Amino acid sequence: MQLTSKQSIASALAIASCSLIGQANAVETVPANDDWKVDAAIMYYGEQERVQAVEAIGNVQKAFGDTSLLDMKVVVDSLTGSSASGAVAQGESQTFTRPSGKGEYTVGAGDTPLDDTFHDTRVQLSANWQEVFNQDWTGNVGVYGSNEFDYLSMGLNAGLERSFNKNNTTLALSGAFTQDVVDPVGGRPVAFSEMVYRANYNSDAEYQAAFDQTRLSGDDTKQTSDVMLGVTQILNRNWLMQANYGLSSVSGYMNDPYKILSEVDSNGITQGYRYENRPDSRLKHSVYVMTKGALDSGVVDFSYRYSTDDWDITSHTLETHYRYYFSPSFYGQLHLRYYQQQAAEFYQPFLMAGDTLPDYASADYRIGDMTAYTIGLKFGQRLSGGHEMTYRLEYYQQNPENNGTDIPGQLQNYDLFPSVKAIVAQVSYSF
Amino acid sequence: MTNVFKPFCKTVVALAIASSLVGCSSLGVQPWEKDQFARKDMALNSEKLDLSLDDHIYFSKEGTSGGRSLAGGGCGCN
Repeated sequence: MQLTSKQSIASALAIASCSLIGQANAVETVPANDDWKVDAAIMYYGEQERVQAVEAIGNVQKAFGDTSLLDMKVVVDSLTGSSASGAVAQGESQTFTRPSGKGEYTVGAGDTPLDDTFHDTRVQLSANWQEVFNQDWTGNVGVYGSNEFDYLSMGLNAGLERSFNKNNTTLALSGAFTQDVVDPVGGRPVAFSEMVYRANYNSDAEYQAAFDQTRLSGDDTKQTSDVMLGVTQILNRNWLMQANYGLSSVSGYMNDPYKILSEVDSNGITQGYRYENRPDSRLKHSVYVMTKGALDSGVVDFSYRYSTDDWDITSHTLETHYRYYFSPSFYGQLHLRYYQQQAAEFYQPFLMAGDTLPDYASADYRIGDMTAYTIGLKFGQRLSGGHEMTYRLEYYQQNPENNGTDIPGQLQNYDLFPSVKAIVAQVSYSF
Repeated sequence: MTNVFKPFCKTVVALAIASSLVGCSSLGVQPWEKDQFARKDMALNSEKLDLSLDDHIYFSKEGTSGGRSLAGGGCGCN
């Protein structure tokens, strides 16, 4: 973040200005960089009838003099519940082999197939060192690691910032490289292989041999290289703006090993299920602009993000936070977000039986046409000694949409693009 | 585009770049006018835990991510 490196100078100036003009009430200055700073939060994320997650996060910041800052973060999250498998609803109940190949689950007639297998715990650690070289130049380097049962992600990042124009303008260039290892439960499915069932085989050994035919041995990897160029500009005494351009190149295994597609006939009746297949490279661009303003009794920001990539997913995101101080130590904050996404070119809600298989296909609604919105409220209480307690409650709804696919026969009777509704509740404490 | 217009276009582009640079350098405030930017709530990362948690939710549930900061790799999110 471009402005933090100037905290100590800014703090001194602010304290001087405040004492000169007697400005007080909602204005709290940044504490001097000579102390530990701890932020901790626990968040619950719950989807109606689907994924439930609890995430605990702790961030410790330690300044070494005016020039060096160490930032360390630990995140632990636990996830349970059901996730859409990609299969479509049917007039009769449907049975699916679990991703591990061990056991089955059944989905009722008319219901969207949800895989209830998921149960995972993730631990993430990251550390970042920031160094102010002189009044114009600041640099940072960081490491990142995240581990869960079937996924390991490790990354390095670095950035350089240059201030101009009496520190009113900051240019930032940053980059990151991440190496992920994917080792799915039950192995990686062979692209477009058909799901097999125990009931169709005479013995466990025969079934296991058939199941193994649908799986590749060993793990696979994914590499992500990111570059971001940003500018932060102070516009006047109350407003600043930020603009970023980001380029991200991903290569390697990008399938979701737990997602499938139904293969339906012209009457919309499922004939079988196939595991999805996505391209092994993706090039993404994003443009992000944000403006933030200091108000007499609050603070407000507005941002817009445009994102596009060579999978043909484009998205527009509008977001705002508005904070109002009811008193110098108590505030309320409104958060609004609107997201609109255009489907990947290979997204399709199902395959048609008898058609030639495409090179790539996925029925994962998360890369389909979709709009989503968030509405949230947060309350913050400033306590003595610079401590702060906040409470946040948000509602997030995703509305997947048909990407123009003709819906055959009985599938027209079902909601193939059901909404996903989630609640986010969070308590945070800073000191 | 004909050759007649090329020098004209170059001049226009040069003027546009020059004026935007001048425009940028005239934006901003004096060091003693930055009191509002020293406010804790005006820092770009003033709510970094919230932003980090939000990034993780949207990264997991939507097809695009990043923009505000580096998207990086991530998780086997469901």
